[in-house]
Amino acid sequence: MNEFKPLPSLPPPASMTGVVGWLHKNLFSTPLYTILTLVVGYVIIGSLIPVLDWAIFSANFSGDDRTACETGTGACWAFIGNRINIFAYGSYPASEYWRLDICFVLLVLSFGPQFFDKFPYKMWLGVFSLTGFPVICFYLISGGAFGLESIETGKWGGLALTLMLAYVGIVAALPFGIILALGRRSEMPVIRTFCIAFIELWRGVPLISVLFMSSVMLPLFLPEGMNFDKLLRALIGITMFQSAYMAEVIRGGLQAIPRGQYEASKALGLSYWKSMGLIILPQALKLVIPGIVNTFIALFKDTTLVLIIGLLDILATVQASITDPAWGSVATEGYVFAALCFWVFCFGMSRYSQYLERKLHTGHKR
Amino acid sequence: MADPIQQPDADSHSKTAIWNDPLFRSIAFQALAVVVLGWFFYTIFSNTLHNMESRGITTGFAFLDNTSGFGILMSLIEYDETHTYGDTFIVGLLNTLLVSVVGIITATIIGFIMGVARLSKNWLIAKIATVYVESLRNIPLLLQIFFWYALMRTLPPPRGSIQLIQDAVLLNGRGLYMPAPVPADGFGFVNIALLVAVIASIVLVKWTKKRQEATGQLFPAYWTSLGMIVGLPLVVYLIAGMPMSLDYPVLKGFNFVGGMRIIPEFMALWWALSLYTATFIAEIVRAGILAVSHGQTEAAHALGIPNGPTLRLVVIPQAMRVIIPPLTSQYLNLAKNSSLATAIGYPDLVGVFMGTTLNQTGQAVEIVAMTMAVYLIMSLSISALMNWFNKRMAMVER
Repeated sequence: MNEFKPLPSLPPPASMTGVVGWLHKNLFSTPLYTILTLVVGYVIIGSLIPVLDWAIFSANFSGDDRTACETGTGACWAFIGNRINIFAYGSYPASEYWRLDICFVLLVLSFGPQFFDKFPYKMWLGVFSLTGFPVICFYLISGGAFGLESIETGKWGGLALTLMLAYVGIVAALPFGIILALGRRSEMPVIRTFCIAFIELWRGVPLISVLFMSSVMLPLFLPEGMNFDKLLRALIGITMFQSAYMAEVIRGGLQAIPRGQYEASKALGLSYWKSMGLIILPQALKLVIPGIVNTFIALFKDTTLVLIIGLLDILATVQASITDPAWGSVATEGYVFAALCFWVFCFGMSRYSQYLERKLHTGHKR
Repeated sequence: MADPIQQPDADSHSKTAIWNDPLFRSIAFQALAVVVLGWFFYTIFSNTLHNMESRGITTGFAFLDNTSGFGILMSLIEYDETHTYGDTFIVGLLNTLLVSVVGIITATIIGFIMGVARLSKNWLIAKIATVYVESLRNIPLLLQIFFWYALMRTLPPPRGSIQLIQDAVLLNGRGLYMPAPVPADGFGFVNIALLVAVIASIVLVKWTKKRQEATGQLFPAYWTSLGMIVGLPLVVYLIAGMPMSLDYPVLKGFNFVGGMRIIPEFMALWWALSLYTATFIAEIVRAGILAVSHGQTEAAHALGIPNGPTLRLVVIPQAMRVIIPPLTSQYLNLAKNSSLATAIGYPDLVGVFMGTTLNQTGQAVEIVAMTMAVYLIMSLSISALMNWFNKRMAMVER
């Protein structure tokens, strides 16, 4: 018998595997792509070298004033190191920094574990971060109780103030947004009209005009002698503004829930609030997590606008520091530092939302 | 055995207590809401009137006719200190519209390029687009405006201008200088030619579409139109004896005279707005293209439709339906974000009117209301337009 013996298979062509294959497929697949790759690569390398040189190799990392940076041609990171306390704490008294430190640590402790799947008591931690944490931090930061020195809001600033504005804005805007979204879909015409008018009004104007309004018009609205704190006014403005955006995001989720769910919860005899709280909202909110987190990110970035009405958030402290004659021209360094701070938080939030989306995507995974 | 099921009490079912009646509840609740809101607005209204009276502020819009007495850095209409507060409103409004329109155009171009680049099969290009989108999107716009403005401030003084085009286009710390076109007699013919070309192009495109639907024959209408719109005015311009001269910027003393100047505030704002909004547009474009399934392209190819028309007639219309609604809301965002101009001193509506004019007159309520009304009208009219467009574009399904 002549047995059939197949020849051993040939190895794949060298141009399709390994590094060469990857390069061929991803960078040099057609003549046009080859030219594009070469041109773009040349531009990138050409611009990356001076940037890296400026940021790292020729940069100065330590020093106390401008003399430290006169030697090199690179970035003056010594400036950031010198001013880091102002950027982080604003004009909060130095002897009381520990109070803000405790808040920073509490913030990390109450949110860090949320990233780990296996951590128990996550729900209680969540409840704490929404209730206990803000109260503790408020008393710690403002003082005036438990023997702590009272510190007026005018001295709050820096990254601490940015985080505070964002946190309060986020915690307050979500429930307001839910109520507005439910109101917009209400069967009661008066409530519905009011909610639509409220949402469209805030969504139609820029945040800066809302902040202007809260600083020049709100004092006119209040009875004589009564006045709000500037920080509180800004917070009210930001919350109103963002809750309108939040309401539209949540409305999208509510509309996506099939009618059968509403009818089934009614058929079970659930009251309006029970059917919303137990059946509709858990599904709707899950659907719109990306939208909600996007609103959070927008809110976080929008907190920078408070500098226009005179609050000293991190960007405002950077703005004020770079014009200090004790340091030369350090505008770029200051802005790069502030940009990095914001980028870390916003990018982190967007990644966390992607993780949550994957985790909560339990229904119809294929 | 006794019946374990209790007979329902007929009375209690037919007559629910009045506070359990949904209709009564809804009416009572709404009445309460109206009363509370009415009281709230009444309190605000009376407080405001009282406060303004005690501060000696007169209400009403009469202040708009008073002389403003301050100059504005940049104005599209004729304006100086002797004009009225009403004119400051118009100047600010026009400046806001200018930067919004220019910003929308550049943001759309950059955004579409980056959105397509993120889907490129070329690894390097896709990665660059990703890095661009993910970095600029996560940095506050105000910070970016400050950054670009600081960069503009580091440019050399007029004497050491950067010559982008020798003696014609110059960049320095005071702005970008360009030759200004000065139309002479007979330039009107060129404008007429342009108008004729545009109308002819519209007719041509309509005719092409009709013919294609009837016979299937293709005609390169877009290229022809482009040729007409550029070519016809050019020919007329040459025939009319080139009735236009250029006014070049000339260095006199410490500054340039003549030509056209774009102030650095405008450039910083324009760049920051465009680059920031373009990241969002890029994501929208990417999502829109991904939303069109590949089967559509394959089906079009199977029908023998060439590459270009496949893109134009099959892919883009379907992608556009996904892209346009979020795109309009980005345009609106850009227009609203242009109000950040006030932070670097670009004289937009908020900076000029809600800033300087408000400080000088103290008419807080009127000015804030007018400014907000402008933005509201802008948003509401654009969203109305978008809804109409959406209805037209909506897929007609079986």
